[in-house]
Amino acid sequence: MSDVILEMRNITKTFPGVKALDNVTFSVKQGEIHALVGENGAGKSTLMNVLSGVYPYGSYEGEIYFEGNEVRFHNISQSEEVGLVIIHQELALIPHLSITENLFLGNERSKNGIIDWNESISRTKELLDQVGLHESPNTLITNMGVGKQQLVEIAKALAKRVKLLILDEPTASLNETDSEKLLELLLQFKARGIASILISHKLSEVSKVADSITILRDGATIETLDTHKDVITEDRIIRGMVGRDITHRFPPRESKIGDVIFEVRDWNAFHPLHAHRKVSDNVNIHVRRGEVVGIAGLMGAGRTELAMSIFGRAYGAHISGKAYKNGQEIDVSTINKAIANGLAYATEDRKAYGLILIEQIKDNITLSNLEEISDAGVINEPKELTVTREYRNKLNIKCSSILQLAVNLSGGNQQKVVLSKWLFANPDILILDEPTRGIDVGAKFEIYTIINRLASEGKGIILISSELPEILGMSDRIYVMRNGKIVGELPAKEASQEKIMTYIMRKQEVPQ
Amino acid sequence: MKIPATMNEATSRNGILSNLTDIFRNNIREYGMLIALIAVMIFFQIRTDGILMKPVNITNLVLQNSYVIIMALGMLLIIVSGWIDLSVGSVAAFVGAIAGVMMVKWGWNWALTILLCLIVGGLIGAWQGYWVAYVKIPAFIVTLAGMLIFRGLTLVMVRGEAIGPFPVPFGRMSTGFIPDFFKMEGFHLTTIVIGVIISILLIWFDVRTRRNQLKYGFEVTPFYFFVAKQVLITAAIMGFCYLMASYKGIPNVLVIMFPFVAAYAFLTNQTVIGRRIFAMGGNEKAARLSGVNTPRLLFLTFVNMGVLAALAGMIVAARLNSATPNAGEGFELDVIAACFIGGASASGGIGTIIGAVVGAFFIGVMNNGMSILGVGIDWQQAIKGFVLLIAVFFDVYNKNKSV
Repeated sequence: MSDVILEMRNITKTFPGVKALDNVTFSVKQGEIHALVGENGAGKSTLMNVLSGVYPYGSYEGEIYFEGNEVRFHNISQSEEVGLVIIHQELALIPHLSITENLFLGNERSKNGIIDWNESISRTKELLDQVGLHESPNTLITNMGVGKQQLVEIAKALAKRVKLLILDEPTASLNETDSEKLLELLLQFKARGIASILISHKLSEVSKVADSITILRDGATIETLDTHKDVITEDRIIRGMVGRDITHRFPPRESKIGDVIFEVRDWNAFHPLHAHRKVSDNVNIHVRRGEVVGIAGLMGAGRTELAMSIFGRAYGAHISGKAYKNGQEIDVSTINKAIANGLAYATEDRKAYGLILIEQIKDNITLSNLEEISDAGVINEPKELTVTREYRNKLNIKCSSILQLAVNLSGGNQQKVVLSKWLFANPDILILDEPTRGIDVGAKFEIYTIINRLASEGKGIILISSELPEILGMSDRIYVMRNGKIVGELPAKEASQEKIMTYIMRKQEVPQ
Repeated sequence: MKIPATMNEATSRNGILSNLTDIFRNNIREYGMLIALIAVMIFFQIRTDGILMKPVNITNLVLQNSYVIIMALGMLLIIVSGWIDLSVGSVAAFVGAIAGVMMVKWGWNWALTILLCLIVGGLIGAWQGYWVAYVKIPAFIVTLAGMLIFRGLTLVMVRGEAIGPFPVPFGRMSTGFIPDFFKMEGFHLTTIVIGVIISILLIWFDVRTRRNQLKYGFEVTPFYFFVAKQVLITAAIMGFCYLMASYKGIPNVLVIMFPFVAAYAFLTNQTVIGRRIFAMGGNEKAARLSGVNTPRLLFLTFVNMGVLAALAGMIVAARLNSATPNAGEGFELDVIAACFIGGASASGGIGTIIGAVVGAFFIGVMNNGMSILGVGIDWQQAIKGFVLLIAVFFDVYNKNKSV
């Protein structure tokens, strides 16, 4: 087994209420490029966090062997010491420091605490040459594009004498040329004997460079494919990623679909900081009364950005486009106006954007409709208590009292509080952004039941989800988004995971 | 997971003793500072051989701390919003100087002056609120700038001298006492009557709250605890009124201050705007996404602070009977310390008006007590700083324990 550099055996990792990894086994050979693929939430990042010591030894079950020895990392610096370097999707560079300063951050070339700039800079030049980046070592990170920053990250890994490089979605924010360059670099490293683990959603590049492909699904290893033995098509990989039993995970619903209740036309929005980056690109969508419309896509496809830009311009800049409710144009230019016009947006990040964690359940539920429980600006406490109790019972929020603080609830119950808040605001159109992220199967089913009930009451539901089975199981109609554009629309009856995945993964179309 | 600060656990166990410890444990954050205040008062009462609680000294204590308390009301809202205002001392001095110029130099009517000064305070608050809420410059920087700007402008206004004396009615705002309708020799009976009325109102209010809680099925503190609490509060109010009555009765400034404290306590606990301020401080993004117009709310919080700083500035000027260049120096520190000692969280979202008032009295008693003992201003500062740190440590420690 000397040709194996890394072996992870029977890794199990549980979060409260969720089993993120279930008995995963994963091994990487010396000097190979090993791709790790799977849907969002399949457990790829969790597995890599276990490997690199983000989740310390003891917080998971199973064993890790590196170069034949068992290793037990308690933090990232221990894993880096043996030559295992992870580059995360969000780059970990300090924007206002130079390339040199970033490369040796925490690893400074110094004598008695005084930095040796000559050595640092000459070493930086060497490393930049190795990754093919022609920049002055004194350039500030903030003045470089994402592609070059990615190369700096890799140079930083080289500075640490890396033996196994882990790249989490390295090309997600790169353009075609930069992606090519990066993949080329991986192949060069391979020639020098450095192995890499490549996590990617872009199956075209996976099948181009990978020697082996391991597919994860629902926290378990499905299979490892050897690209040298068999011919691996993208379809073959997709089948491995999505194939699963869908029955009985979703409550049944009789769809009674009426007229168009809400419509967005020619919607454009730009990134608030990078003024040239379009986050919503000429989007046209509509939802009917009693209809659940799914929006599928990968993380970063622009779904949340679209939803938030529609919801009172809560995100984005230079937003243009028109919104219609029941055929009438409505003003959604501020959050208050959007709410007043019957819109609600339940965020994907309930802790950061959805809840006031340090406040009570009742205060959270009534926050967006305080007028309803107050007279002349004075809160009618008995009314507030009655209302919040009603929602607790209706949505089955498990808590000792509605005076309990939101921070002490489980993820599923927190989500129910967020939903209660929006139901109490009595909207006609609900945008639910990843409503079941990070909650257990039982609570998921309850949330699905609530969604179905809302639809049967004649509300229009827009469901954003990265879990394809959820989109398929819940929606009447599905939009597929990529790069801020709607790239596909299909009725649920005709949709399949393979079809949606094909829309998502299809290579960039030629601009017309 | 532990559930903090609910009464549920208290009644589920047997025995009055364990019940009491539970109540104590659950309410330590609420009553901790009050207990500390009483302890400090007892300490100084003993050390000063009873001077602290002499009627004349208690009256002085109220007069000396009224403006700190008034500003603490506004500061608490700002701190709950998640920010801070360092400029209140300078703003108070600036408004005092304007009042002086208006009344003494220009001979304007005192009532008109008060009204205009409050408006000026509001405008100053609007100026600072604009930079914080709409331009998104951190309040620490905006109000640090304001601290310098308004101190400088104060010096410009008074030109290094004291402006005074003021018209008599203006001075009475801070130095006068309410009239006695009973005309009893050596004892201000009206004060006692007012004390009785306030006690009855408070008890009635508490009984109503408790009845509501019971009606809606909330577990409440045991009845004997409730009664004991009412007895203690009534005793404190009546004792206080008795001391006042044996001197000159209730000072006018208390008549100004008390309704303000009551109004702000009501605002924070019972109104939509109060709820929104707490939500904004607890999680600004979530509050905004729930439809709270957070920039405007933050702006208004600063306007409110400006008005209260103006009121405090006039009270200070009236007390000194002149507008001086260095009035209000260091007030911001006492005001901010009062809020934090009273349990407000520096990260926003947590704090109570009553806590801030107790905190202000705590600092007031320390200042007063140490002055009587002849402790120099140097040591007073050092000791106050130390007490602030301990009080906040106590709060942080409790919070960590309960989560």
